[in-house]
Amino acid sequence: MALLEVRDLQIHFRTATGVNRAVDGLSFDIEAGEALAVVGESGCGKSVTSMSILGLLPTPPGKIAGQIRFRGQNLLNASESRMRKLRGAEIGMIFQEPMTSLNPVFTIGQQIGESVRLHEKASRAEARDRAIEMLRLVGIPSPERRVDEYPHQLSGGMRQRAMIAIALACNPALLVADEPTTALDVTIQAQILDLMQDLRSKVGSAVMLITHDLGVVAEFAERVLVMYAGRKVEEATVRDLFRTPRHPYTQGLLKAVPRLGSSLGAETSVRLAEIPGRVPDLSKPLRGCAFADRCPRAQEVCHRIDPALETKAAGHLAACHFAPREVSAA
Amino acid sequence: MSAYILRRILSTIPVVLFVMIFVFSLLYLAPGDPAAILAGDQATQEDIEAIRNQLGLDRSFPVRFVEWAGGVLRGDFGTSIFTREPVTGMILQRVEPTVSLMVVTLAIALVIAIPMGVAAAWKRGSLLDRAIMLFAVLGFSVPVFVVGYVLAWTLALKLGWLPVQGYQPIAEGILPWLRSLILPAATLSGVYIALIARITRATMLEILQQDYIRTARAKGAAGHTVLYVHALRNALVPIVTVVGLGVALMISGAVVIETVFALPGLGRLTVESILRRDYPVIQAIILIFSFVYVIINLLIDLSYTLIDPRIRY
Ligand SMILES: Nc1ncnc2c1ncn2[C@@H]1O[C@H](COP(=O)(O)OP(=O)(O)O)[C@@H](O)[C@H]1O
Ligand code: SF4
Ligand SMILES: [Mg+2]
Repeated sequence: MALLEVRDLQIHFRTATGVNRAVDGLSFDIEAGEALAVVGESGCGKSVTSMSILGLLPTPPGKIAGQIRFRGQNLLNASESRMRKLRGAEIGMIFQEPMTSLNPVFTIGQQIGESVRLHEKASRAEARDRAIEMLRLVGIPSPERRVDEYPHQLSGGMRQRAMIAIALACNPALLVADEPTTALDVTIQAQILDLMQDLRSKVGSAVMLITHDLGVVAEFAERVLVMYAGRKVEEATVRDLFRTPRHPYTQGLLKAVPRLGSSLGAETSVRLAEIPGRVPDLSKPLRGCAFADRCPRAQEVCHRIDPALETKAAGHLAACHFAPREVSAA
Repeated sequence: MSAYILRRILSTIPVVLFVMIFVFSLLYLAPGDPAAILAGDQATQEDIEAIRNQLGLDRSFPVRFVEWAGGVLRGDFGTSIFTREPVTGMILQRVEPTVSLMVVTLAIALVIAIPMGVAAAWKRGSLLDRAIMLFAVLGFSVPVFVVGYVLAWTLALKLGWLPVQGYQPIAEGILPWLRSLILPAATLSGVYIALIARITRATMLEILQQDYIRTARAKGAAGHTVLYVHALRNALVPIVTVVGLGVALMISGAVVIETVFALPGLGRLTVESILRRDYPVIQAIILIFSFVYVIINLLIDLSYTLIDPRIRY
């Protein structure tokens, strides 16, 4: 049993024009201690997936079906009080917007200490000590002073460090990070990433890392999940995916990467390549492959038949009629 | 910070001065001979002469103003034309009921309006939200004296739970004091409940969309903690501002309420003094109310720095 098992997840939004199928039949696993990267163009359902894991998606307008099993328990029918005990304690979350994700009227120390007081019934003094310890852990200088400062007194990078401190304060088994570096300067991005890498080895949390940055994927994750239009189109180890991307969409995304095997450190920020064309309207019924209108390899069959997700090589899944299949994998 | 406070206090001086000049001129802005106005319809020529003397009308306006203002600064508002008593003493006797009425009104308004506004924002668009907002519209539009008579008729006359009229000084016990104030304060609080509930709802709606609310929930904070700690703390600046503005409203409301419920407060004294054309008392009351208003708004300005750490002067 994996730590997190997502099965046939459906996230639909009722809108004026119809039902937006933001996530449609998504399944994936995250093992304890493992780092899974999730990539895909904006709007493909990464954020709503991560929010649904913590039960933070507003329903309505959202409607969620399928299963999200954490340690074997399906969170989609867990009670709100059970979810509250899970949030911040067993599953931590970091968001994309460090400038606005901290409450402006409480000190950094109060905000880090809150989860400790909530989940470990710690006293005010204990929570403050833990906050200082966490600030030191996330590399904020003079933590004894910073603990009493307010968010507006911290830079963007410092605020994201503080967010990481909040998310990790109770040693969660799973950390969900939704584009934690996207809003930061390139040099700060590298620092935050190094920090997360460092903390992973110390804390041992599993990580679901949503990112636009292939440099981050290469540096950080063991496995990659590529999403397109609310579905998984490819999944493989980082090595396999970079070496032999099998889905034309992934191949398009990877076009920006200089050459396979060349160094992809955190210093080199490599954004996903732009792929011509637009994502299909998810509130209209789709026929055939969702990528067909933009795919350079599309054939007549692609517009008729939706390609199933298949194992194309050991541990390598792709959803494409024409993705090469290794002989041994069939 | 202390430099700001000093500057802010100094900046109220022109306002206070302006109000003083205005209040002092009231009598002289009215058409006709001030002494004749003060003396009333049945006055003899001697009465008018006596008043003219007492007011020092033979001297120039600036000289008289400086004399009067000097007295005011020492706490001496002159002598009542009607009772011949010192105005300061008359006012001090009437302060307690009015201050009590205002404090209890504000307490009732805050305790009811803030949870109402928070609940309406939390359940936006629901039946509850619409019911609360309908109540808020009624609070604005139904005249205070109508609400007052309806409440008095039901709660006091029919059910006998509360005294119909009159005031019990706080010195005679908290409970009788509070019982004598519940009806008038509940009546007066209607407008405030409407005002504060609306601003609370509007501000909370905006704040509940903020990223830090999501962060609070992601930590595992309970719903009421998210609403009343994380969100409401951020909504306090607009709420406190409205409360401050509302004090002006409350002053005019007190005049009506004290009359309806026979509370011997400053509002009643105002009405009595206007009917008696007791100008020194009227001047003193207007001046005091203006001063209270200026002070409250000063305190509210200063409270922003306590409420929101981003505000620094
Ligand atoms: N609260 C919401 N109401 C309606 N539609 C939403 C809501 N949140 C997200 N969506 C829709 O869900 C889809 C996926 O969004 P999102 O998960 O934010 O994408 P990503 O994070 O991959 O950029 C988008 O089409 C978006 O418009
Ligand atoms: S199934 Fe066809 S359209 Fe879809 S990705 Fe593969 S080749 Fe392209
Ligand atoms: Mg997103």
